[in-house]
Amino acid sequence: MAKIDEELTWQDLEVGCAVSNAGNACAYKTGDWRSLRPIVNTDHCIRCGVCYIFCPDMAIQKTADGFFEADLFYCKGCGICAQECITGCITMVQEEE
Amino acid sequence: MGKRVGIEVSLAAAEAVKMADVDVVAAYPITPQTHIVEHLSELVADGELDAEFIPVESEHSAMSVCCGSSAVGARTFTCTSSQGLALMNEIVFIAASLRLPIVMILANRSLSGPLSIWNDHTDVMSVRDCGWIQVFVENGQEVFDHVMFAYRVAEAANVSLPVMINMDGFILTHMIEPIEYWDEDQVKKYLPEFKPVNQLHPDRPVTMGAFGMPFIFTETKKAQDEALIASKPEIVKAWSELHEVVGRSYKPVETYRLDGAEVAYVTMGSFSETASLAVDELRSQGKPVGQIRLRLWRPFPFEELREVTRGLKRLVVIDRAISFGGPGGPVSSEIRSALYEEEHAPSVTNFICGLAGRDVSPDDFIAMYQQAEEMSRGTVRQEDYVYHGVRE
Repeated sequence: MAKIDEELTWQDLEVGCAVSNAGNACAYKTGDWRSLRPIVNTDHCIRCGVCYIFCPDMAIQKTADGFFEADLFYCKGCGICAQECITGCITMVQEEE
Repeated sequence: MGKRVGIEVSLAAAEAVKMADVDVVAAYPITPQTHIVEHLSELVADGELDAEFIPVESEHSAMSVCCGSSAVGARTFTCTSSQGLALMNEIVFIAASLRLPIVMILANRSLSGPLSIWNDHTDVMSVRDCGWIQVFVENGQEVFDHVMFAYRVAEAANVSLPVMINMDGFILTHMIEPIEYWDEDQVKKYLPEFKPVNQLHPDRPVTMGAFGMPFIFTETKKAQDEALIASKPEIVKAWSELHEVVGRSYKPVETYRLDGAEVAYVTMGSFSETASLAVDELRSQGKPVGQIRLRLWRPFPFEELREVTRGLKRLVVIDRAISFGGPGGPVSSEIRSALYEEEHAPSVTNFICGLAGRDVSPDDFIAMYQQAEEMSRGTVRQEDYVYHGVRE
């Protein structure tokens, strides 16, 4: 799609609003649903990957140094990672903080 | 020219659907539409029509199946009436927004309650704003012709919208009439092969019916509205080519004895033919009366209506449905708003009658004309709408 979503006019839409570029869910920003943001304290993180396994949106990625961090484009701030973390190193903080 | 057959109109409608060579029929029987579905199931069972007949468990499922089958590119038919339409309501709107060229015959019947199986236009008015192309027919021949017309228009690449054919329950569905069938060459000439604009196909992935976030929803609705409005030239073209093929002509707004008329009835559906008899009688008495018949209900033919009403003094608009606590019947409120900005627009007197199977005779039409005349002279109070024939 040449235009970004907010610039689309009614003439740009396909008949019946069909979406012909399949597999486009990755372009959908779910990060702006978030009111809480996960913060990892790497001093206590044991790099076990439990947060990565439990994340329902597969928003958590492994970084080059073996830690895990949430991709804030997708992370909805559900807090499951913080709930499941073995060492309790993930804290959910208000977005505005 | 095809054969001329004396046949019940419902059976003729099913025969027309067969000649249109549909691929899928999904429908649930409901009075007074039942004979159409019944006959189609016979035609499929007997091998006369090579189609899937899907005997669904409700009208909601019927329209859902229709959406699915139309989306994969199958020519799809359904028909219903009254409560059945009410039950399929949410999917009726979805079919239009997905731009699926489904054809549905609606055997017009009142909505409960009180429970009634008889004919008026309450059911269709409940989906007036659903986004389908909606036409009204007056007799069995028109039903037959409009099945072909409906597929021709619905499937046109620049239209791709569902079409609803409104035929009055019992008055048409259960009447035996002489019908001139189309022959195969005529169908072939008039109705091209269905080539869907969008198609669910494993080789070409496409999403239909994705959700619309607030940032895009208004644009989707504007696009849908423009598509419906833009279908009118194709509708007019399809009627004009139908004339070339079978010799019968139809227009969005048709008139009867309007030359020299000062007053005109405005009617829609089968009782238009009855109103014509009243026009003949009044003309024979020297009264300047004519008739306007609405054939195309959506997209509403604003220009055509303004054209034919120019110079008229009064319109007697007759509705077969009620807008409770509203401005009058649905037809009259449409006509009033269509003419509001016109200079020297005719005044509109609105009668509501013919509800749930109550007969409307030529004498009734004459009585309504006379009452409208009294109102215009100020001898009877002009009201927004009048229930004709109601016992006080």
